[in-house]
Amino acid sequence: MNWISNYVRPKINSLFSRREVPENLWTKCPECGTMLFHRELADNLNVCTSCDHHMGITPRARFHALFDGGIFTEVKVPEPVIDPLQFRDQKKYPDRMRGAQKATGEKEAMLVAEGEIARTPVVVAAQDFSFMAGSMGMYVGNAIIAAAQRAVALKRPLVLFSAAGGARMQEGILSLMQMPRTTVAVQMLKEAGLPYIVVLTHPTTGGVTASYAMLGDVHIAEPNALICFAGPRVIEQTIREKLPEGFQRAEYLLDHGMLDRVTHRKKLREELVTVLRMLTGQPPAVKGDLPAPKPEVAAMPAPEAAPAVVPEPAKAVEPKPAAKP
Amino acid sequence: MNYLEFEKPLAEIEGKAEELRALARKNEEMDVEKEAAALDRKADTLLRDLYKDLSPWRKCQVARHPDRPHCKDYIEALFTEYTPLAGDRNFADDHSVMGGLARFNDTPVMVIGHEKGNDTKSRIERNFGMARPEGYRKAIRLMDMAHRFGLPVITLVDTPGAYPGKGAEERGQSEAIARTTQKCLELGAPLIAVIIGEGGSGGAVAFATANRIAMLEHSIYSVISPEGCASILWKDAEKMREAAEALRLTAQDLLKLGVIDRIVKEPVGGAQRGAREAIDAVGKAIEAMLKELSGKKPEALIKDRRQKFLDMGSKGLAA
Repeated sequence: MNWISNYVRPKINSLFSRREVPENLWTKCPECGTMLFHRELADNLNVCTSCDHHMGITPRARFHALFDGGIFTEVKVPEPVIDPLQFRDQKKYPDRMRGAQKATGEKEAMLVAEGEIARTPVVVAAQDFSFMAGSMGMYVGNAIIAAAQRAVALKRPLVLFSAAGGARMQEGILSLMQMPRTTVAVQMLKEAGLPYIVVLTHPTTGGVTASYAMLGDVHIAEPNALICFAGPRVIEQTIREKLPEGFQRAEYLLDHGMLDRVTHRKKLREELVTVLRMLTGQPPAVKGDLPAPKPEVAAMPAPEAAPAVVPEPAKAVEPKPAAKP
Repeated sequence: MNYLEFEKPLAEIEGKAEELRALARKNEEMDVEKEAAALDRKADTLLRDLYKDLSPWRKCQVARHPDRPHCKDYIEALFTEYTPLAGDRNFADDHSVMGGLARFNDTPVMVIGHEKGNDTKSRIERNFGMARPEGYRKAIRLMDMAHRFGLPVITLVDTPGAYPGKGAEERGQSEAIARTTQKCLELGAPLIAVIIGEGGSGGAVAFATANRIAMLEHSIYSVISPEGCASILWKDAEKMREAAEALRLTAQDLLKLGVIDRIVKEPVGGAQRGAREAIDAVGKAIEAMLKELSGKKPEALIKDRRQKFLDMGSKGLAA
């Protein structure tokens, strides 16, 4: 409106907010409201220590916790055409991209890596919900194809962590075309006789659910994750009635036969290893401390690694609990 | 005739001509034919003008026009011995998806499509062309059969999208769509898709993961409806014109992007003003596309189809 509101006020605000941002030591659990200290939360893989609510976790933080010694090598993803439609809504698409890149420190909404989990060689792909809602565009499609090709080349299983609001609208029809493209990737694995395990995390919706996320050999979801094709709001508007409690949550999908398991994030690593080793005909994983990984597998974790989870080199598979649910 | 919002001036002129003629019928001494014919000519010029360069949003309106020929009309006109096959052998028969065995130019084929219905009763029965998981699973069953008996599959796509309902979600809408796309990619028979009206998102791509994809001149194919896109990105569903523009959902843009293979011309004023012409043109296109694929081995058909989708989008609009 005027000079005060356009110029002075934002300046003052930025001075104040700048002071608050850098050291955000506490996170409030959106579910139970408990204040959680950042280090404690990171050690617990972003799961609330008081109510077990699973918060979002970046692919990098997840990989650090997942791979032996927190060590993995990124798989290169072929670059797609930038802004193929010259899309513009209230902002230009390239500007939105730059904003997301700056906010996350990542290039795009999916990270692919190879490495070992409890000495089980794997290729892992993880979608980053914090990057434009994890939306599936050309890059994500390319990443999944690259992951599948790498898995086939190395004869390793592929584990994929899904998290997305759906297709990337800014890439229009080309985002829709990622549904068949990623399905081709799944077929490559199938034909090579390699296991493909999908871990569905909160939220997995739209075209992502309706393609590679629902085509796994084994479907595991994190507790209370929203997993759907059409979101609950759209459905409520269509049928004009309230939806039942827990509708489209992981446990609900498990009840309706769409998932194999709902697994706590802290138990996920062990479960993946167990399943993968059986599917690939390997002996049970060695329990207890393992020596450091072989040097040729050991590559550097990316330098700008998120500080969320500190890698602990000697942390191998924890002893198995006596019985499994 | 149902006039669209942008056709209002046309409706006025045609209405006037009609009125004049009605008057003349009552009153025999009146000779109005000259004026009426002039109005007709004016209407004709206006129609040509309106349809010469339709904006993307107007194309959406035309693509959804209730008088456009629907799947059922195409099947009745272009195929013989159509024998509908029903049910997913699991839960129900979804009437929004029709399909079965038929002959196209005497060759046995499997035809599958979305049917929207053409009056209130049939629209409700057909769920406005929005399929539930049973519809996709029926399609999978029919495609599988076509694969085993070596029958070409022809799909006619016309859906606002997969049905967003409680039961559909509970019975695995996502899984059903994903498996249909997968089945398309495994098909060892020629698969040809024609988008005859609305190609709505995942519900459409599940039928259109084909060797050859054609679109009617004024049909649309998009990842999301312009209204949906506007309400998410513009936070205002009324910005659908801008969204339709940005999404590049017209047949002309999609051909440039390499997402489709050919455009089937519609009569002036759209398929709703000349159903027969539009249907014949689609028939010719199917014939040509089938010919392109004839003699190809199952493995080659699968391989080519996969490669087609893997290559898609590598050029962008710049191409």
